[in-house]
Amino acid sequence: MKDKKVKNVFKEGAISSEFIGHSIYKHQTKTSIGAHNIFLGQVRADNIDGKVVSAIEYTAYEDMANQKFHDIREAAFEKYDLTCMHIYHSLGTVKAGEICLFVFVSSPRRKVVFEALEFIVEAIKADVPVFGKEVFEDATHQWKKNT
Amino acid sequence: MYITVKYFGQIAELTQKEEEALEFSGHQISGLLELLYDKYNGLESKDFQIAQNQELVSNNTKITGAEIALLPPFAGG
Repeated sequence: MKDKKVKNVFKEGAISSEFIGHSIYKHQTKTSIGAHNIFLGQVRADNIDGKVVSAIEYTAYEDMANQKFHDIREAAFEKYDLTCMHIYHSLGTVKAGEICLFVFVSSPRRKVVFEALEFIVEAIKADVPVFGKEVFEDATHQWKKNT
Repeated sequence: MYITVKYFGQIAELTQKEEEALEFSGHQISGLLELLYDKYNGLESKDFQIAQNQELVSNNTKITGAEIALLPPFAGG
């Protein structure tokens, strides 16, 4: 299903396991699907020079980011035989261990979803203007940079 | 003309604001950058990309009077 309208991908705070579970449940009516693939980005409690990351505070250039998510979505539908795809990204504070990115792709066949998911996640990391402030347990911070 | 300049992440931390309207009489991104480097100490050494109208542009891109954004390294996901 292709959708031309630019959606809002952002959610305030962490993405809950209930929300993810419910998303899976909602696809039970789409019986042409034979394979789902899911990517969950989780905030890692990195240890940097003896200080541990306790949370990431996400901000974004929201209009541009939503347009980029839309472009990635269009490119993925163009490239792969997908039945549907969903992307959610957190804004605001997400604690270590919580989910900040949820990408969900579905297709009649399995091979497609493995490739498509990697393509989408890599494009998100490279092209979408989202910024992350890594807050340490002692309340100091540094800025995250995708590598 | 007046240009809206938006700042994000560590750039907003340095400028102490998320956006402002600046009077600018030049023609290219590079001219605007010179103005901003004069205004904000330490900005020149920061790593960032520039977007005009939500598209990434280079230093010699012509300014169209649109919205300019200074984007530090991306950290999504």
